[in-house]
Amino acid sequence: MEKQAVLRMEHIMKIYSNGVVANEDVSLDLEEGEIHALLGENGAGKSTLMKVLFGIESPDEGKILLNGVETVIKSPQDAIAKGIGMVHQHFMLVSSLTVAENIILGVAPVKNLFLIDKKRAIQEAEAIAAKYNFNIDVTARVEEIPVGVKQKVEILKALYRGAKILILDEPTAVLTPQETNELFVQLEKLKENGHTVIFISHKLDEIKKICNRATIMRNGKSMGTYSVADMSTDDMSRLMVGRQVVLEFDKKPANRTETMLKVRDLIVHNSQGVQKIDHLSFDLKGGEILGIAGVEGNGQSELVEAITGLNKNYHGAVQIRGEDIRKKTIKEIRNMNLAHIPEDRMKSGCAGTLNILENMFSNQYDRKEFSGRLFLKSKKMQQKAQEWIKEYLVKCNSYKQNVGMLSGGNIQKVIVAREFSTGPDLIIANQPTRGIDVGASEFIRKRLLEFRDAGCAIILISADLNEVLSLSDRLAVMYKGRFASVFTEVEKVQEELLGQYMLGIKKDDRLEGAMYE
Amino acid sequence: MNSAKRFEAVRMVFAILIALLISFVIIFFVSDEPVNAIVQLVTGPFKSKRNLANVFESMIPLIFTGTGVCIMFSANQINLAGEGAFHVGGLVAAVAALKIALPAGVSPVVCLLLSAVAGALLTAIPAIMKVKTEASELVSSLMLNYVALWFSTFILMQFICDPATGAASYSIPDAASLSSLMRGTRIHSGIFIAILVAVLGYLFLYKTKVGYQLRIVGENEEYARYSGISIIKVILVSQLLGGFIAGLGGGVELLSPIYDRFTWTASLGYGWDAIIICTLAKKNPLYTPFAALFLAYLRTGASIMSRATDVSFEIVQITQAVIILFVVAEQFLSRYKHKLIAKEAKEALKEEEAA
Repeated sequence: MEKQAVLRMEHIMKIYSNGVVANEDVSLDLEEGEIHALLGENGAGKSTLMKVLFGIESPDEGKILLNGVETVIKSPQDAIAKGIGMVHQHFMLVSSLTVAENIILGVAPVKNLFLIDKKRAIQEAEAIAAKYNFNIDVTARVEEIPVGVKQKVEILKALYRGAKILILDEPTAVLTPQETNELFVQLEKLKENGHTVIFISHKLDEIKKICNRATIMRNGKSMGTYSVADMSTDDMSRLMVGRQVVLEFDKKPANRTETMLKVRDLIVHNSQGVQKIDHLSFDLKGGEILGIAGVEGNGQSELVEAITGLNKNYHGAVQIRGEDIRKKTIKEIRNMNLAHIPEDRMKSGCAGTLNILENMFSNQYDRKEFSGRLFLKSKKMQQKAQEWIKEYLVKCNSYKQNVGMLSGGNIQKVIVAREFSTGPDLIIANQPTRGIDVGASEFIRKRLLEFRDAGCAIILISADLNEVLSLSDRLAVMYKGRFASVFTEVEKVQEELLGQYMLGIKKDDRLEGAMYE
Repeated sequence: MNSAKRFEAVRMVFAILIALLISFVIIFFVSDEPVNAIVQLVTGPFKSKRNLANVFESMIPLIFTGTGVCIMFSANQINLAGEGAFHVGGLVAAVAALKIALPAGVSPVVCLLLSAVAGALLTAIPAIMKVKTEASELVSSLMLNYVALWFSTFILMQFICDPATGAASYSIPDAASLSSLMRGTRIHSGIFIAILVAVLGYLFLYKTKVGYQLRIVGENEEYARYSGISIIKVILVSQLLGGFIAGLGGGVELLSPIYDRFTWTASLGYGWDAIIICTLAKKNPLYTPFAALFLAYLRTGASIMSRATDVSFEIVQITQAVIILFVVAEQFLSRYKHKLIAKEAKEALKEEEAA
């Protein structure tokens, strides 16, 4: 007998107010008591679809049927009332309150008209935890419990509000393998209890392990819904990415020249006084790409800030072509032929409310080519902007379009065009392809290799292991502000080994020969 | 014109229409002769040469302070001391005209330069405080306006007060005055300076290197810093220039045929009006003469209406307030905007499919 569809989303189209089509004719149906994977790359439209379902965004076209009845979900409160719960990737908990208080927050049991009945709150929280076999101390403060438990609290919060359909947004991203296994056991139980789970992920092995069916998304479109048992991870990845990702570049052997960048004994503390970089030293020569892998937050951003002059508050020395840069302004450092692709393109890489042209010259408007003593040479700038739009394949109407109206990949291309057009000798590329489409990523990677072959020194920081593995001439793994390891024969590196260094399970002590002389 | 720009234009027109409509409704409620009042408000400025001249006279100071605010706000420096700068500008022009005897051609130039510098010095105070101590220029400039007002009154009473009057300076000598352009009106040569300032302000913001730096800082300071632009320089240049222009405006106003003496013992409000002008002009100095013309027309009409009927002048404040509310309200007509954008996106999708 065919199971009943508890939820159908039909032909959903969502266009954001910046003109980005995030969902284009996406359909999804959920059977009662299944774990349904929503699979896709960053920016494929998974989160948007779930925001539509949870009432955070309203769709431009399409309809939602709940138990066969067409419904409009107006707000998250509305979604909760209709039995839909969501656990966000970034937890929405009040850390100074206890687990029980978080669970009952907003729907608290009340005594004497307006006082919160704390006793009953604890009882009810314990009852719901017991019902679903969650082993959890409800009187503990949220700030004191580990991440895995916080996630349980989030799930309980949704269940306490009567969620029958549970959306989990990349739930394993923050968990250790043990916590992940525990979560999976719990999800199985929920399934047995008749709950339906939407599991958002791009980790194929996890989906293989616990999901019944998977809807695969690519580029805002649905690639169809499949039974997980019937497909291999290769099939899934092909549907997800569109084609086998070619990360095989015909890379010539590195032709190293003079030392471009020298970092010695670098120590950086953040504004809270926490040490983010711990006695880091390395050299970088022209014609080579130094890849830096690592879990985010292990000092990568601080390293970039020190090299680019954005942060001067460090101990140790940074030299570009033998010149110490501590006393130099950001502008002076940039004038030493440094290009910087920033980590967060909207925050520091562009001004969304200015147009493409205005975003292409912020680092070079003062060159003789583009300005006189006082005035900008508008004609010349327009001509160059058009050239770069063509060269870097920026999809837009004209250079007059505001950058904020472009898609992530095209914004990144504008930034890359601006940074690369100055003819740099040293490129700091921090997450250059994060969250952008495959075509744009490949384009940027190819350009990086071209610059390397032309003698440019490049630091490539990326969360994409495929990327650092295929581009780097040397690969360092950053862990807690130090290089946990350095690989000079990058092509022989195993991903598993890399993972062990990234998580701090393994650590090499002597890196002198490989990192500096 | 792309959809975003078209939308902004539509939104502006709607804001103005709704504001006028609301004002009319109020007039209907409070007045015994509402139709007459509205007719006076709308057509009054065209009734006589003098009325029409009034519009152009009152537009001049608005162009100055409006342009000054456009420059400061374009750099996201919310310095509100334009009001004080205008006031001090007027004071310094009066003092210079009275104390420095110069021939007719030279005197106004010197007086105006001095008033502009005085304006810049005033707005420099919040700017320097921001650079040195990170004090919000919004708060310090707001407070500074009172300092400017009372300081001016002090100087007036202490040094240039004509004992024959209550609280007014000696009469400004003819050599320093700006000439009237048309007999029977007080439209003066300051209008050329005003329009020149608006055009120069536009060229500065949109065509020069420094203007480009200013606008990048204004739209995203973090991005500007990353690009190597000096934030400190932008903070200083934008606010000094804003004060310079507002101060110049004060000087022009005082030396115009409208005033014979320095009599400003209360705030004139041109600095506040400048924010309305800047909002209507979308921070582009080139549009400030048009925005100023509109506001001057509205006010002249209201003034005529208040004299001819039982509706008071203040009704125009409501009109202004509603316009501002609608223009700055991001969500106003956002559904319509979304539809426009969605339509364009859908069309683009269809084109792609066809290709």
